[in-house]
Amino acid sequence: MIMPITIRAIKKSEPGRMKAASIRIGAIILALVASSLFILLLSLNPADVYIKMIQGAFGTAYRIKETIVKAIPLVITSLGIAIAFKMQFWNIGGEGQIAIGSFAASYFALYMNDMPMPLMLTVMILAGMLAGGLWALIPAFFKAQWGTNETIVTLMMNYIALKWVMFLQYGPWRDPKSLGFPKIANFPQNAVLPKLLGVHVGWVIALILVVVVYIFINHTKKGYEIAVIGESMNTARYAGINIKKTILIAIMLSGGLCGLVGMIQASAVNYTLSVEITGGVGYTAIITAWLAALSAPLILIVSILFAALLEGGSYIQTVFGIPQAAAEILQGIILFFVLGSEFFVRYKFVIVKKHSAIAEKGAD
Amino acid sequence: MDNNYISMKNINKSFGKVVANRNINLAVRRGEIHALLGENGSGKSTLMNMLSGVYTPDSGSIFIKGKEVQFAAPKDAIEAGIGMIYQHFKLIDVMTAKENIILGRKNSFLMNEKTLSDKIRDMSARFGLDIDPDKKVYNMSVGEKQTLEILKVLYRGAEILILDEPTAVLTPQETEKLFKIMRKMKEEGCAVIFITHKLNEVMEVADRITVLRKGETVMTVDKADTNPKHLTELMMGCPADLSIKRIETEKNNVAMEVRNLSAVNSEGIKVLKGMSFDIYSGEILGVAGIAGSGQKELCEAIAGLHPVKQGEIVFNGENLVGKSPAEIITKGVSLSFIPEDRLGMGLVASMDIVNNVVLKLYQKQKGIFIDRKPAEQKSVEIIERLSIQTPGIKHPVRMLSGGNIQKVLLGRELDSRPQVLITAYPVRGLDVNSCYTIYDLLNEEKRKGVAILYIGEDLDVLLELCDRIMVICAGEITGIVDARYTTKEQIGLMMTGTVNLMKEGEKSEHDNANNYTSH
Repeated sequence: MIMPITIRAIKKSEPGRMKAASIRIGAIILALVASSLFILLLSLNPADVYIKMIQGAFGTAYRIKETIVKAIPLVITSLGIAIAFKMQFWNIGGEGQIAIGSFAASYFALYMNDMPMPLMLTVMILAGMLAGGLWALIPAFFKAQWGTNETIVTLMMNYIALKWVMFLQYGPWRDPKSLGFPKIANFPQNAVLPKLLGVHVGWVIALILVVVVYIFINHTKKGYEIAVIGESMNTARYAGINIKKTILIAIMLSGGLCGLVGMIQASAVNYTLSVEITGGVGYTAIITAWLAALSAPLILIVSILFAALLEGGSYIQTVFGIPQAAAEILQGIILFFVLGSEFFVRYKFVIVKKHSAIAEKGAD
Repeated sequence: MDNNYISMKNINKSFGKVVANRNINLAVRRGEIHALLGENGSGKSTLMNMLSGVYTPDSGSIFIKGKEVQFAAPKDAIEAGIGMIYQHFKLIDVMTAKENIILGRKNSFLMNEKTLSDKIRDMSARFGLDIDPDKKVYNMSVGEKQTLEILKVLYRGAEILILDEPTAVLTPQETEKLFKIMRKMKEEGCAVIFITHKLNEVMEVADRITVLRKGETVMTVDKADTNPKHLTELMMGCPADLSIKRIETEKNNVAMEVRNLSAVNSEGIKVLKGMSFDIYSGEILGVAGIAGSGQKELCEAIAGLHPVKQGEIVFNGENLVGKSPAEIITKGVSLSFIPEDRLGMGLVASMDIVNNVVLKLYQKQKGIFIDRKPAEQKSVEIIERLSIQTPGIKHPVRMLSGGNIQKVLLGRELDSRPQVLITAYPVRGLDVNSCYTIYDLLNEEKRKGVAILYIGEDLDVLLELCDRIMVICAGEITGIVDARYTTKEQIGLMMTGTVNLMKEGEKSEHDNANNYTSH
């Protein structure tokens, strides 16, 4: 007997709610333990670091505001991605849709800014959403018409969108007053989203959208059709659902929300268009949407926690003088455990003893 | 100690809280055909999956030739001489029979081509398997593919053959051939385990029969000591009436007229070749044919899901060709198609009963919002009417048993009060009890004057249940006959296209049918 024991992963019949919750909590504890080891390697006290991380995210009014500002694009992008994912349309193109949305909004802010503020912002919002939606519509159309792989197409279109913005920044839209620095001019004051309670009004938009998307997915016909298509294309076909049309509408909405993020980030955070506008939100939102199980209320919570992790991470850099890479490793460890726990929610390990006289009962 | 080839003792297996096998005992002798009989969910497949190494028992032991074995993977079972033939063939279409046989074998490319062909021919001759080693799989009929599967496992040294509902996809002629092969294997000293729920086949070919019910062994009987009625009672645990009723209704008007219907598939191959037939209200028109003869395309063409190249479908004086699927549903044509995996078409597995019932209701609702209230009420009604076993209306349909899943689907379709009900394989994989519930439901609809197009697999059922049977072969109608005056063999000949009643002169359908049966 060379290999008497094999370990096999077996799909669980149906994970209970309590059990799933305890696995996830266990994962977070394990993540903290593993991170502690890493922190000890840096000759720091783990407890101190964790406390500072929390302080960095929520410690003062200013830091809470910063965390919220980080959470806003995550919430809205996750909502957009969730609509597409609900249909099992893997929209990896959030980045590109954000970039194109911000480009369209910026066009009006820079070149047609002769409007009063409410009208100006409305035009920018509509332009951002429409552009993001249309950008997403391209892969959706190919998918609906010829069944192309949306993952590849949306991903590749990210690069086109980002390089287009870069081209504008270094070329035709470069601000002549920036003394050769590759930068697009700042938006005029009427193109900047106002603040409410110290944070730009994007947070109000995000909260409204959480409610709207929740209702859309759970209580409208289209939302229901999207879920049916996601679960079974054939069932949708047999029920007489117009699949092509529904795909186009859903992805238009998905891209539209991402485009709106582009507008908000350009107008309220950066005050201009730049290649850094997306900040990787299009990819991060995939993680948050997935962790939130595509549920709108959970997306709100997960996004805030994720933003807190980012803020806390950058805060400990300055407090403890550790490099950015070290802070990112900590974020990575925590994410690894949280995402990895999903595997244990769905599968369990069973030890199979070969050639033993008594058949072992599978250990849980 | 005994001459048992395989013996499985006190086998237990649970999946979560569900006990699939409880203290099951099974003994199979050398040189016998042993039928494993049981309703769906009685644990037949679980038991066989443990014998073929797919699952590991929770407790209990398996002996092969008197020696205890432990299978950690299917590979171990193959080495022990166990070969399982699944319902869905595991063959590679673009390869030849020979290539499929040596696929995955160690040192296979070192094998001399000629020796191999000779070896295959030898084995074919020994077991009476009729296979051309150089024929590509895509050129094979279903029967040939199955024969190849058998040859494949025999080549790998199997002496114990497990056949999982092997006749479901075969014509009567092919079934006869398969039985011949099984008998030949028995003579060669192999053990054959035959999983089925068709009693007539059991009576024809099996030596001994083990009946399972609800995960437990009821008993093992010799064929000589039993009869179909007795077996059914063992399977169901209660006395049973085995006849399917064909209720008489007045044949009144034509509900749907199909004229010269032709269609091509995405590769441009003709799948429906000028089909013409009528469906009367208050009748069940059965459709018989070998799997893949155009059944699916016909259903989908009527429902507006498959493009029609030519011809018309007249319903209430209107041509349905060119209408959208949603319009056709609203007009009163319902299609329920049970695919092989049973869930793929019609139901959303992860959603609950309410959300599945609402699928055929919401399109009639006004506005952009969806109202699930009426569906909740209907779900309760459907559960009650069809006695569906479920913990509640909010239970995901995926978690229900196969029979209950199909009842949800059919219940929903009947609830939409269609004038034409197209139902394809509604009893696919169902146990006897559930089958009869479904037949009763169809008869009830027939009495109400619904025109039913019933696409079936089991010819016995078609003959007993339907008023007329339309036989199709390669997208063509080869005969429409009166079910009361025809036999299984005649239908079998039409299924293969050997007999084509539609090409015999200019006689009408009924003349043809009568003519044929009077031979």
